[in-house]
Amino acid sequence: MTDFDPSCDDILREIAGAPSPDALENVRIKVLGRRGSLTVAMRALGGLEPEERRRAGAALNAAKERITAALGEAAARLGRAALEERLRRERADVTLPVPVCGAGRIHPISQTIDEIVAIFGEMGFAVVEGPHIEEDFYNFTALNIPPEHPARQEHDTFYLPTRPDGSRLVLRTHTSPVQIRTMLAQRPPIRIIVPGRTFRCDHDATHSPMFHQVEGLVIDRTTHMGHLKGCLIEFLRAFFALDDLPVRFRPSYFPFTEPSAEVDIGCSRRHGELRIGAGSDWLEILGSGMVHPQVLKNCGIDPSEFQGFAFGMGIERVAMLKYGIPDVRAFYDSDLRWLRYYGFLALDVPSLVRGPLPGGAAA
Amino acid sequence: MKTTLAWLQEHLETDASLDVIGERLTMLGHELENVENRAAGLESFTVASVVSAEQHPNADRLRVCIVDNGRDPVQVVCGAPNARAGMKGVFAPAGTVIPRTGAVLKETVIRGVASRGMLCSAYELGLGEDHEGIIELAKDAPVGAPYASVIGRADTVLDVKVTPNRADCLAVRGIARDLAAAGLGRLKPLDAAPIPGRFHTPIGVHIEDYSACPLFLGRHIRGLHNGPSPAWLQNRLESIGLRPLSALVDITNFLTFDLNRPLHVFDAGRISGGLTVRLARSDEKLLALNGQEYALDPEITVIADAAGVQSLAGVIGGEATGCSETTTEVFIEAALFDPIRTAASGRRLSIASDARYRFERGLDPAFVETGLEIATRLMLELCGGEASQVVTAGAVPDWRRSYVLRAGRPASLGGLHVEHEESAAILAALGFGVETLAGGNLSVEPPSWRGDIVGEADLVEEVLRVKGYDHIPAVPLEREGVLSPPALTPMQRRAELVRRTLAGRGLNEAVTFSFVSAREADLFGGAKSELRLVNPISADLDTMRPSLLPGLIAAVRRNSDRGFADTALFELGPLYRDDTRGGQALVAAGVRAGHMGPKHWRAPAREVDLYDLKADALAAIAAMGGPAENVQVTADAPSWFHPGRAGGLRLGPRVLGAFGEIHPAVLDALGAGPPIAGFEVFLDAVPEPRAGRPKPPLRLSVFQPLERDFAFVVDRELPAESLLRAARSVDRKLVSEIRLFDVYEGTGLPEGKKSLAITVALQPQDRTLTDAEIEGFSKRLIAQVEKATGGRLRGDRAERPN
Repeated sequence: MTDFDPSCDDILREIAGAPSPDALENVRIKVLGRRGSLTVAMRALGGLEPEERRRAGAALNAAKERITAALGEAAARLGRAALEERLRRERADVTLPVPVCGAGRIHPISQTIDEIVAIFGEMGFAVVEGPHIEEDFYNFTALNIPPEHPARQEHDTFYLPTRPDGSRLVLRTHTSPVQIRTMLAQRPPIRIIVPGRTFRCDHDATHSPMFHQVEGLVIDRTTHMGHLKGCLIEFLRAFFALDDLPVRFRPSYFPFTEPSAEVDIGCSRRHGELRIGAGSDWLEILGSGMVHPQVLKNCGIDPSEFQGFAFGMGIERVAMLKYGIPDVRAFYDSDLRWLRYYGFLALDVPSLVRGPLPGGAAA
Repeated sequence: MKTTLAWLQEHLETDASLDVIGERLTMLGHELENVENRAAGLESFTVASVVSAEQHPNADRLRVCIVDNGRDPVQVVCGAPNARAGMKGVFAPAGTVIPRTGAVLKETVIRGVASRGMLCSAYELGLGEDHEGIIELAKDAPVGAPYASVIGRADTVLDVKVTPNRADCLAVRGIARDLAAAGLGRLKPLDAAPIPGRFHTPIGVHIEDYSACPLFLGRHIRGLHNGPSPAWLQNRLESIGLRPLSALVDITNFLTFDLNRPLHVFDAGRISGGLTVRLARSDEKLLALNGQEYALDPEITVIADAAGVQSLAGVIGGEATGCSETTTEVFIEAALFDPIRTAASGRRLSIASDARYRFERGLDPAFVETGLEIATRLMLELCGGEASQVVTAGAVPDWRRSYVLRAGRPASLGGLHVEHEESAAILAALGFGVETLAGGNLSVEPPSWRGDIVGEADLVEEVLRVKGYDHIPAVPLEREGVLSPPALTPMQRRAELVRRTLAGRGLNEAVTFSFVSAREADLFGGAKSELRLVNPISADLDTMRPSLLPGLIAAVRRNSDRGFADTALFELGPLYRDDTRGGQALVAAGVRAGHMGPKHWRAPAREVDLYDLKADALAAIAAMGGPAENVQVTADAPSWFHPGRAGGLRLGPRVLGAFGEIHPAVLDALGAGPPIAGFEVFLDAVPEPRAGRPKPPLRLSVFQPLERDFAFVVDRELPAESLLRAARSVDRKLVSEIRLFDVYEGTGLPEGKKSLAITVALQPQDRTLTDAEIEGFSKRLIAQVEKATGGRLRGDRAERPN
């Protein structure tokens, strides 16, 4: 018999007190290693009487099981402690500010055009563009505005130099010339919108020499003023995201439409604050009408066969109303603070399928 | 167009309230823009009589007055020299807001005497400049009555926006007529009984050019006296903002605004011979009633006598034959002047007058003579004297015409079914002659004052606006199919992708003007003379821009001036190469200045450089589906870029754009200080991605990819691209990617040399490469690069210097 104590209290105490994985390993080697006390004692069993061997062997096996279990338990304990220590060590200051994502913003004019396109696109309108430097014929004459028409004076036209043939080009004063270009190029049915730059020789607190309009044109055999109303009411309610937005059509005059209608939306003005929606007041928002038979004729379209409506709207104006932007001149100033405040996220592509367009704000 | 409610009621018998009238006007197409109560602010001021006026015991210049305002006697201390017992004046009790000052009148004690109100001067009421004395009212002014009603101000002014087609509504009667037709009352008959002529005038009238003036009527009145007009007339004119001058002038103004019949009155004593309507001669001049002298030309229609031009037809009269207080005989002109000629004259001479405004919109040809009769009667009434026969040149042009309004047309064009009987009734009420044809179609003759009606569509509008647009049912547009076709063309869609890509890269979208100054244009390649505006709003904005960069650089400068030096902006918009349609090109341009972001605890702030803009430009091209990886970068950027720090972007001969630092001299000329880098991409030049064919199936290799790094020492001037090109060409099947990861110059390298280090990624397709194969590839790559660049391998495994 060796000096191994089968009760192995000392060993178990040593295991339980091992301060580190290394100390634990040293205990294991001292007991279970090749020359470990238990290994040696096991080896010595061979020299015992069978009866004695059985008894001593059983005792040693039981001791080995207890030691092995204790070693495993101690290893797990030390592992946990080590992990805890690591986690403690790796702690970071999560309150440190992260770099601000430096994405730029989409200009309110672009976003508003995209919103308008998203709505009219759903109604089957295609986007068409035209030149900014325009011939008098498309900008005026074909639209039933002959040279001496008083409406011409109200347009504050920018002129380019007189050309050798005596004609002179203008900067288009509205997007309406694209109506003419489209009708001359395409047979009905026509359903287009024309967003784009327009120019008028006017500059003050509420006018910019360059601004944006969107034109709409529908030509087919049956479209009448009821459709004009339906189409524009639907557009305005979707655009301002107000299902109950009051819309009013009242007679007006444009040389290129007959009958003509000015379109107002409901609003209220309280304490100098303008709010779009049901209220006691009206706000002029766009001009519209049935395309004048003479305009159709000017484009080679027979007015006894085809008819339709047209409308025009200022993009800055509706953007200002919807998003509460106070000053039209700021649209072109490129003040970074303004662009970041009123601009839109790059991925915020307007789409009716994804939900209503953002709601209107107070101006 | 302004009127007052009372004036409107002179023509319209109605019991409709102001609100109803206003709403109806707007829904008839005459938008009510403003309503103003003329008595506003005067409500507390009443007529009072001064019962007694005693000397103030403690002040020489003050009087203590007892005032009777119809209720209790009130004691008032008054300093006006004309305050005296028995007079009638205007009294304001304590608590009244004084219109001129906005101050509230308080009860007070003046030198020991209580004062409980005020007797007012015209100045304090904001009705005049006279503050020497208090207002003295007529003896019969009713004590206690509101002062506003005594002076005829208890009235409401309506400001109506008349559309340019409705010349007939540029007068109170025209508006009344439309309201009556809309069922809001009855149009009162006009008293236009002719005044018999008492003598033959020696002044004859003659028209030389009937295209300028088809009808000219004249009438001589002698023995009249031109004093101030009566209060009712002065009040009418003042109520719409006109200043009364003298009876004769006031009558012509009244005819203009009451009946839309502009007239001119010559001092008959100053006319020599007869009057002729003709075109001016180029050497003629006229001193007009506005005190200005005008040089005339044959585009201008004039009225001349034997002495020369005396008036600009339909625009303004002449000083020499104008009326004054001493005028005792006049010659009234009532004519029809051609709208286009009148507009041309007025525009040529830059004269805006009420007469021109009306003539150029077209006046009622059948009303010329009626208007003259009414004017004659008013003059005889107000100025006395006797009238001659009417002298006439020309004739009333034939204005009668008719159009058919088909029975179903209000429904098929206007979207509202209206029975033909109702259409007929509406048109008849508006003064149209209506005759019913077979099937309910109507033959409609517009009245003489409706020159704007030129076809069936106009008749539909007349019916609809009187019925009310509100009644038109809104109908949804019919859909052409279940799904709508795409709204955008491929190019529009690609432009949109560029816009949102650039914003995603940190550039803020700007919208700048299409025009710049000629000087700015010159710095960016210049603009053809055909692109210079004739009438710019300012010299800074007189040229169609040849580039978007000057506008963006100006924006950087403005932001920098405001204290924001780190700027990143882009714009998607047009430039103009010439005045043709093809000369307008869509461009994406961007600028960056300062740092790429603020300094941060994780990384220092990095200054913007040309490579940031190169990345932006290539991202724009890639966003359009363009072949960004095949774009060639050339050293021939346009002159507004730094010659050594900018590049052109090309696909063969096709120029896609450019990028780089803006030339310091250009920035200097633009007043922009610190360096700015920019790019331009011409969207029309970027080829469209090949559409239609699906991509070939994706083959994924099952073998591990591997990477090897190489560094080469090359001449400092060597473009990196030539090294990359050489490396790419070694084995296009095996090499999946080459990345340049280090550029180094300085310690450890010979003068004039630099080190370029690349990572080469290999992707074997059919087996794992052996060490020998990898070694073989490396040798070939090194040999190829060294041969192409004249450089030397720096080390097998590139060690980062430092």
